[in-house]
Amino acid sequence: MTDVAVVGYASSPSVRETQGTTNGVEMLVPLFSEVFAETGLRKSEVGFWCSGSSDYLAGRAFSFIAAVDAIGAVPPINESHVEMDAAWAAFEAMVAIRTGEVDTAVVYGFGKSSAGELRKILALQLDPYTLAPLWPDSVSVAALQARAGIDAGAWTEQQMAEVVAASRRKARANPRSQLSGEYTAEELLAQPRFADPLRRHDCAPVTDGAAVLVLAGAERAEDLCERPAWIGGMSHRVETPHLGERDLSTSVSTKAAAADLDIGGVRLAELHAPFSHQEILLRQAIGLDEAVEVNPSGGPLAGNPMFAAGLSRIGEAASRIHDGSADAALAHATSGPALQQNLLCVLRGER
Amino acid sequence: MGEQAAAVIGTGQTRHTTKRHDVSIAGLCREAVDRALADANMDIADIDAVVLGKAPDLFEGVMMPELALSDAIGATGKPMMRVHTAGSVGGSTANVAANLVRSGTHRRVLAIAFEKQSESNAMWALSIAVPFNMPVNAGAGGYFAPHVRSYIRRSGAPEEIGARVAVKDRRNGVRNEFAHLRQPDITLESVQASTMLWDPIRFDETCPSSDGAAAVVITDEHSAGKRAAWIHATAMRTEPTTYSGRDQVNPRAGRDAAAALWRDAGITDPLSEVDVAEIYVPFSWFEPMWLENLGFAEEGKGWVLTEAGETEPTGRLPVNPSGGVLCSNPIGASGMVRFAEAAMQVMGSAGEHQVDGARTALGHAYGGGSQYFSMWLVRSEKP
Amino acid sequence: MLSAPLEPGFDYTRSYGPLLGRFAAGLRACRILGARGADGKVHVPAVEYDPETAAALSELVPVSPTGTVRTWSWQSAPLSGQPLEQPFAWALIQLDGADTAMLHAVEAPGPEAMRTGMRVHARWAAERRGAITDIACFVPGEGPDERGELPEVPDAVEEMLTSPIHLSYMHSASPQESTYLRELAEGRVVGMRCPVCRKVYVPPRGACPVDGVPTEEEVELGDNATITTFCVVNVPFPGQRIKPPYVCAYILLDGADIPFLHIVLGCAASEVRMGMRVRAAWKPREEWTTNLANIDHFTPNGEPDAPFESYAHHL
Repeated sequence: MTDVAVVGYASSPSVRETQGTTNGVEMLVPLFSEVFAETGLRKSEVGFWCSGSSDYLAGRAFSFIAAVDAIGAVPPINESHVEMDAAWAAFEAMVAIRTGEVDTAVVYGFGKSSAGELRKILALQLDPYTLAPLWPDSVSVAALQARAGIDAGAWTEQQMAEVVAASRRKARANPRSQLSGEYTAEELLAQPRFADPLRRHDCAPVTDGAAVLVLAGAERAEDLCERPAWIGGMSHRVETPHLGERDLSTSVSTKAAAADLDIGGVRLAELHAPFSHQEILLRQAIGLDEAVEVNPSGGPLAGNPMFAAGLSRIGEAASRIHDGSADAALAHATSGPALQQNLLCVLRGER
Repeated sequence: MGEQAAAVIGTGQTRHTTKRHDVSIAGLCREAVDRALADANMDIADIDAVVLGKAPDLFEGVMMPELALSDAIGATGKPMMRVHTAGSVGGSTANVAANLVRSGTHRRVLAIAFEKQSESNAMWALSIAVPFNMPVNAGAGGYFAPHVRSYIRRSGAPEEIGARVAVKDRRNGVRNEFAHLRQPDITLESVQASTMLWDPIRFDETCPSSDGAAAVVITDEHSAGKRAAWIHATAMRTEPTTYSGRDQVNPRAGRDAAAALWRDAGITDPLSEVDVAEIYVPFSWFEPMWLENLGFAEEGKGWVLTEAGETEPTGRLPVNPSGGVLCSNPIGASGMVRFAEAAMQVMGSAGEHQVDGARTALGHAYGGGSQYFSMWLVRSEKP
Repeated sequence: MLSAPLEPGFDYTRSYGPLLGRFAAGLRACRILGARGADGKVHVPAVEYDPETAAALSELVPVSPTGTVRTWSWQSAPLSGQPLEQPFAWALIQLDGADTAMLHAVEAPGPEAMRTGMRVHARWAAERRGAITDIACFVPGEGPDERGELPEVPDAVEEMLTSPIHLSYMHSASPQESTYLRELAEGRVVGMRCPVCRKVYVPPRGACPVDGVPTEEEVELGDNATITTFCVVNVPFPGQRIKPPYVCAYILLDGADIPFLHIVLGCAASEVRMGMRVRAAWKPREEWTTNLANIDHFTPNGEPDAPFESYAHHL
C-alpha cells in the first residue's frame, strides 16, 4: 500500500469561548485558507474530505452538516464524517489514500465546548442503563482514575503537578494556547483540590477550537510539502466501557496500539491527555523514556478543543517534522471516559 | 479499485419493527451481529476491526454509543470507528469498512448500523427549536414534498406513479421476513385512498419509524469463500444542504457519485448491466427520482420505467425486492440494509425475495437534505 | 453576536432486555445481582456481554450490598441529576461476592472521611422504580449480610427505564446571521452577496456554500416573492401553529438567489401554484423579534404568475 504523509496543518487559537456558531464555520474558513496557502493544494484537487465532531457538543442533531459550507462544497466532494475526535477522521482519510483511489485528503475537527455543560454532557458516553442515570461527570470519572494510579504507585500528585508546570511553561511559546505561565510544582500543589485528588489545573480547560490536517500519498506529498511527515504507522484500540472492569492505572488499549508500531527513534510525543495523570499513564503505557519530550506545544492542558484536540496532536507532531526539528515523532489521541479508546500515530521525516 | 479485493461474506439484520422493547440497544445490535457472523461462518474473535454507524446520538440519548456498545459488538480490544453521515450513514459505514479491507489495513471487518427510534422520538430530535430559526411548520415530509412536486412538474409524470411504487414495495416486503410493514392486500386504489399528508405525498407513500440493526462482514480474498459479494466499486459524495441554483430534485452529489461508481465498476449502461438495485426510497416518489439521478434513466424519464413495471421483481431492473425503506426504516441502519440486501442478492441468499440470476447489484443510500450519497456495486464475480 | 438558550430535553424510554431487566428488578427489591461469566467471574453491575470474550451472559447471581472502595473521587459541587445534592464521593465499589467494581455515590461528611479500602454498603431509595438510582447511595460501614435480613431475589424482569435527559446550551448565531436577525427585528429582510459568485443569500451565510467565504455586501430585499414549489400540509403534528390544511412553500424573494421555506395563506390551498406571486404579511410591529417568523406568512399579491423558466433553476 502507498505511503501517506501529513503535509499541512493549521489550528485555531484555543479559547474559552468563541463568539461563533457551534457548526464551526467561522473557525474553519480561515484554517482551510491557511492550509491551501501553505501547501499550494487547491480545493478542486482534494480527493477526500473527512471530519470529526459531535452533535451533543452542539445540542442538536446533524450539527456537522453546516460545517460543509466552510469548504464551499460545490461541485460536490468525496466526504465522510466520524462522530469521534478527528484523529479518527485522519485514520479514515489515510485508509482512503491507501486504497489508491485518492491521493490527497483534508481532515478537520471542530468543537464549541463552551456552548454546553461539557463535563455533564460527557456523562452520556457512559452505559445508558447502569451508569448514565447517575450522571457521573467526566472530571469525576477521571479523578477516580487519578486516585487509582496514585494508590497503585503509578504516579504521585507531585508528578502530576510537574506535568502541569511543564505544560504551562511550554505553552508560553505557543501563541495558540489558552493557558500558559511560569509555575512551580509547589505553587500548584498549594492550590485547593477541585475533584479530589484532582486540582483545577490537573484538568484540561474547556476550549473552543478547530484544526485542519492535509494528508497526501507518496505521489503528491513532496509537491505539497518540503519535508513531509510520513506516517510510519497508525493504530488504535478500544476497551470495555465498564469502568470497574478496567485497570484504570494503565491503558491496555494504548499498549496494544503501541505494540503494532515501531516507535524507535522517537524523541518527541504529543499526547492527548486531558488530565495531568493521563500524560504520565500514557508515557508509561507507550514506554516512552525520559529522553522523549512530551507535549512541546503545551498539550491538551494548555487547550483542549473537543473533537479537534486529538487531530491537533498529529498536526503538532507533524509540524516538528516539517520544520526539521524532529526526525521521528509520536502522536496520540483519545476518546471516551478515562482513556477508553486510544490512537497512536508514528511520523517520520524519512519514508 | 483498491489494492486488495474485498467481499461481503456475511449479512445480518433484525426483524424491523416499531418498538423493540424486548431488547436493550446492545441486544438489538448483537442480534444483527450474531446473524452476520453466523452467515459468514465466523466468530467475533475472527474479526479484526469494527465500524459502527448510526444517525444522530440524540435519537437514543447516548453520546457516541459505540463506546458503551464496544463489548456487545465485539470491538473491545480492537480498532473501532464510528461513522455519522446523516441518513446515508448505513451505506457510508459499509464503505468505510470496505476501505479498511481494500487498503490492506485489516483483513476481516465487521460493519454494523442501528437505530432504536423507540428510545425517543425522531420527530422531536429533528425539530428541536433552535433559537433564531423559524419553525418550518411542515413536519417530516414537508421538507421533501415540495421537491416531489417539482419533480412531477419537470418530468410530467402521471400522478399515480407514487402509488405504484408503494404497492410494489409493500408487496415485496411480504416476501422479506425482516420487513417491518408487510401488506399483501395493498392496491393502487387503497394507496390512493390513504390520507394525503403532505400533498403530493400520501400516507401509504411514506416510510415507517422502525427499531432495527444490520451488519455485514467484509473480508479480503483469503477469508472469502465461494459465496461472496465482491465489492467492485464504492462512492460517496456530499454537497451543501442549500446553495443558490442547487438542483434539489436531481442533486449533483448523487449524479457525481453514480458516475464515479459506474466508471470504477466498468459499467457503461447501468440499466442493462445491473441486475437488481436496493435504492433508498423513504417516500415512494423517490424511486423515479433516483432512477434518473443514478443514470438508470435519462432525466425526466425515470417514471417510465416504474410505470412499465420494469422495477417490479420480474422487470428489467428489480428495485427494492426487499420492500426497501418504504417497508422498514431504522434510520441509521436503513442504508446498511440496502447495501446488505444488494450483497444478499448476488450471494443468492435473499430467500423468498431473491431475484433469479442476480449477479450484479447496487446498494444506495442518501441523507440530509438529499445531500449525502453513498453507494456500492457488488457482484458474484471477483474483480 | 446574538445568542440564546437552547434546551433540548426528552424523557428517553429505554428497554432493558432480559438480563438487565432482571438486574433492575433486583434493584427494585433491594438486591444487587451480578452476571456470572463462563470463567466464573461475577460482574457487577450485571453486564450483558463478557468484556473479555464478548459472550452473551445469562446467569445472574446475588451479591452482597456491602463492599470495598477500590478508588474514589470527591464531588465538591454536585451537578443536577447526580445522586446527592450535598458534596459526596464517587467510588468504584467491589461488592462482596463480585469480581468487578461498580460506580456509585458514597455519602460522607468530607473527603477526609474517605479512603481506598474502606467498607461501604448500599442505602436504598424509599421509592424504587427498577433502576440504578434505586440505590440512593452507599454509606460507610458494614451492611446487612446473608445471615441478616436480605430480601429474596425476585423472579421478575423490568421492561422499561425512563431516562430524563435535559441539557442547557447557549446557541449563537453567526455574525452574518446576527445582522440579518437584527434587521428582521426592524422589519427589513436583508440578504448578503457572496464576494466571489455574487449570489445574494438570505439568510446570509458565515460561508457561501459554493465558495467557502463569508457573504458580505448587504442587500435589502423587498416583500414580493415567487413560490418556486410547495406542498399542502394536511397532517396534524405536535407544535403545529396553524390548523391544516395550509401551504408550506419555497419562497424566492425578488432580488434573492435562494428560496426559503415559509407559509402561504390568504387563498385556498388548492389555488396555490408553482410560480405564484406573493407578498410578505408581517406580524404587528410589537410582535417583532429577531426571527423570520416576524413575517407571519406570505399571501398572493395579485401579480401574474412568474414564468417557469424564471425560477426553474431554484428547484
